[in-house]
Amino acid sequence: MHFVVCIKQVPDSAQIRVHPVTNTIMRQGVPTIINPYDLFSLEEALRWRDKVGGEVTVLTMGPPMAADSLRKALTIGADRAVLLTDRFFAGSDTLATSFALSAALQKISDTFGKIDIVFCGKQTIDGDTAQVGPGIAKRLNLEQITYVSAVNEVNGDNGTVTLERRSEGGVQVLKTNLPAMITMLEGSNTVRRGRIDDALRAARAQIVTWSAKDAGIEDVTKCGLRGSPTVVKKVFAPTPRAEKAALVELGETPRDSAEALIEAIFAKTPKIEDDLVKLASGF
Amino acid sequence: MPHLFALNDDHRAITDMAQTFAREKIAPHALDWDERKHFPVDVLREAAALGMGGIYTREDIGGSGLSRLDATLIFEALARGCPTVAAYLSIHNMCAWMIDRFGDAAQREKWGPALCSMDRLASYCLTEPAAGSDAAAIKMKARRDGDFYVLDGVKQFISGAGVSDLYVIMARTSDEGARGLTAFVVEKDRLSFGANEKKMGWNAQPTRQVICEDCRIPVANRLGEEGQGFRIAMAGLDGGRLNIAACSLGGAAAALDKAVAYMGERQAFGKKLDTFQALQFRLADMAIDLEASRTFLWRAASALDAKTPDATALCAMAKKFVTDACFSVANDALQLHGGYGYLADYGIEKIVRDLRVHQILEGSNEIMRLIVARHLIESRS
Ligand SMILES: Cc1cc2nc3c(=O)[nH]c(=O)nc-3n(C[C@H](O)[C@H](O)[C@H](O)COP(=O)(O)OP(=O)(O)OC[C@H]3O[C@@H](n4cnc5c(N)ncnc54)[C@H](O)[C@@H]3O)c2cc1C
Ligand SMILES: Cc1cc2nc3c(=O)[nH]c(=O)nc-3n(C[C@H](O)[C@H](O)[C@H](O)COP(=O)(O)OP(=O)(O)OC[C@H]3O[C@@H](n4cnc5c(N)ncnc54)[C@H](O)[C@@H]3O)c2cc1C
Repeated sequence: MHFVVCIKQVPDSAQIRVHPVTNTIMRQGVPTIINPYDLFSLEEALRWRDKVGGEVTVLTMGPPMAADSLRKALTIGADRAVLLTDRFFAGSDTLATSFALSAALQKISDTFGKIDIVFCGKQTIDGDTAQVGPGIAKRLNLEQITYVSAVNEVNGDNGTVTLERRSEGGVQVLKTNLPAMITMLEGSNTVRRGRIDDALRAARAQIVTWSAKDAGIEDVTKCGLRGSPTVVKKVFAPTPRAEKAALVELGETPRDSAEALIEAIFAKTPKIEDDLVKLASGF
Repeated sequence: MPHLFALNDDHRAITDMAQTFAREKIAPHALDWDERKHFPVDVLREAAALGMGGIYTREDIGGSGLSRLDATLIFEALARGCPTVAAYLSIHNMCAWMIDRFGDAAQREKWGPALCSMDRLASYCLTEPAAGSDAAAIKMKARRDGDFYVLDGVKQFISGAGVSDLYVIMARTSDEGARGLTAFVVEKDRLSFGANEKKMGWNAQPTRQVICEDCRIPVANRLGEEGQGFRIAMAGLDGGRLNIAACSLGGAAAALDKAVAYMGERQAFGKKLDTFQALQFRLADMAIDLEASRTFLWRAASALDAKTPDATALCAMAKKFVTDACFSVANDALQLHGGYGYLADYGIEKIVRDLRVHQILEGSNEIMRLIVARHLIESRS
C-alpha cells in the first residue's frame, strides 16, 4: 500500500497576532509547525502502513524552509518526503494549491508507486478553507471522504477502505473503493513520538525536492498568484462583542426551555419579534 | 577546516527529540514528583521506547548504539525537565552498558533487551556504609559455593533500590584490595532493602540500602572474571560522570532561563531587575560558566569516544568542573529570584537541591581531583 500525506507548514497560531493598526497577520518570528490536523492524518497513515505494510510519503508545497516540517514528519515515522517548491507557487489560493499538489501526487504515483490513499487534514489552522483535499480528489478522480474520525479497515485485497465520518447529528460508517482521498479530523488518534533512530534517519534523509517543471507542470499560469482567482480583500481581528451573555434557565420540558429562550430574545430585541410577526402574517 | 565545536545534523536531531520529550513529558510534573517523592517509572519506560534506555548500548540487544557525546546531549536535554529523573536514567544506562560491554553472549541476550526497553530497571551498587570514596575498601563478601556465589553484606545509598529489577553489585572474592573485587548481576528477589532515605534533593528517585543476606546467585550471574570488578566499576563511572555532569548542565541551563525570564518581569526601585548592571553581569557570568562547562563536557565525551589515554582524567576534570560551576549557576539563579527563589513553586530551589548531590556522588569532587593529580604525577616524564 502507498499512502501519501499532504502536510502544510503553518505559523503556530497560538503565537500569532494581528497587527492592531494595519490588520495584517504578524508572521515575523512566529515559529512554524505542521498543521495539527495533518499530524492526525500522518499518524493514521503510519498506523495502517504498520498494519498492512507499504510506505508513507509526505508531501508539502511551500518555501524551502518547509523542509523542516517534512523532516519532522520523517522523525515521526514517514518513509519518504517530497518538497514541492518553486517561485511560481507563491501566492497560491486553494485552486492553485490543489492544482500543484495534484501534479506532484501524479508524479509521486508514477515515480514511487501507485497511490492507494491520499490523506489530508480536514483544514488548516491558517487558511481554514478545507478546500484543498476535495480539490485534489476532484482533479485526480479519487473517491472522496471528508471529516473522517477513524479508519476502520484498509483492505488491499478487494481495494476498499472502511471508515467513520462525522456528520451532523451522528457518525456515518462508509466504505469506498481505492484509490481515495480522505480528510481527517483532529483528535482521531494519538500521534506517536519518533525514536532516536527515526530522528537520525530523518536528519540524514534526502528530501526529494521538485520544481514546478520537475512535477510535470507545463502551464505555470495555473500556479501561484496567476493561477489564483481568490483575492483576500482584508484580514482583520473582529472586535470583541460588547454585550454580555445572558443565561436562560432550563424549563421543565424542552418546549418550556425553547419558549423561555425566545421570550428572552424578544425582550432584548423587540425588532426580531416584530419582523417574525410580520413574516408570519404574510407581509 | 571543519567547525570543531558545532553540532551536526545528527546531534541536533537527537537533542531536539530529547528536549521535546523533556518539555512535554517531564517538566510539567517535576515539582509534583519531587514533592510526592514519586519515581516515574512509566515515563522512564516511555523514554526507553524512544531509545533512551540503552543510549550507548549496542544495537543487537536493542540499544541505540550512540556515542558518549550523543549521551551528554540527551542528558542535558532531559535534565532541563528534571535533573533527578535524567540522573536515574543515566545510572540505568551505565548499568546497561556494563552488561553490554563486559557480559558474555548469554548475559547480553538475557538482560540486554529488557534493560534497553526498561521493562527491567537497573541499579549500580558500589558504595557501602564504611566504603564510599575508598571503593577498594569494600567489605561485601562473595563466597564461591559450587555453581553458586553466596553474597553477604550491605550496599549504601543505592539509587533506584527497591524498585529496580537488576543490581550490578561489586563484591569481594578475595582480600587483595581493588584486585579482589568481582562484579555480579543480582535479581531483585534475592535481595532485601532498607527504608527510602530522606534526602535534600533527588526525591523523584528512591535511595536505599541493598542488603545481601546469604544471597545465592548462579555463577552465570558473574560479570567478567573474578578480580575484574573494580575495573568494570570504574569503566562504568567514566561515562557515568559525563552523564551526571550533563544532568547538572541541563538543570543549570533551566535555572538560567528562569532567571532571565524573571528578571524581565520583576521590578525593584522602580526598574526591571534586568536593567541593573550588577545583575546583568551576574547573568553574563552564569552564561559564561555554563558555556565553558558545556564545551569542556563535549571535549571529555569525545575523548572517551576516541578512547584517548587521558580520557579518564578528562572525564574526572569535566565532572568536577561542570558539577561545581553548574551548582553555582543554579544557586545564583535562586539568588536572583530573591525570596521567591526560596519558594518551592518557582522550581528554582528544587534544581539547587537536586544539583547539590552531583558534587558528591559518582566519585566526590575531591576524588575527581585525586584522579587528576594522580594522572598528572604518573604521566610526569
Ligand atoms: C494570511 C493569508 C493570506 C492569504 N492570501 C491569499 C491571497 O492573497 N491570494 C490567494 O489566492 N490565497 C491567499 N491565501 C490562501 C492560501 O493560499 C491558502 O492557505 C492555501 O491555498 C491552502 O488552503 P488552506 O490553507 O485553506 O488549506 P485547507 O484546504 O484548509 O487544507 C486542507 C488540507 O490540505 C492540505 N494542504 C493544504 N495546503 C497544503 C500545502 N501547501 N502543501 C501540502 N498540503 C497542503 C493539508 O493536508 C491540509 O490539512 C491566504 C491565506 C492566508 C492565511
Ligand atoms: C543521593 C545519593 C545517591 C547515591 N547513589 C549511589 C548509587 O546508586 N550507587 C553507589 O554505589 N553509590 C551511590 N551513592 C554514594 C556516593 O557515591 C558516595 O556517597 C560518594 O562516593 C562519597 O562517599 P561517602 O559518602 O562514603 O563519603 P566519604 O568517602 O566518607 O567522604 C567524606 C568526605 O571526605 C572526602 N574524602 C574522602 N576521601 C578523600 C581523600 N582521599 N582526599 C580528599 N578528600 C577525601 C570526600 O570527598 C567527602 O567530602 C549515592 C549517594 C547519594 C547521596
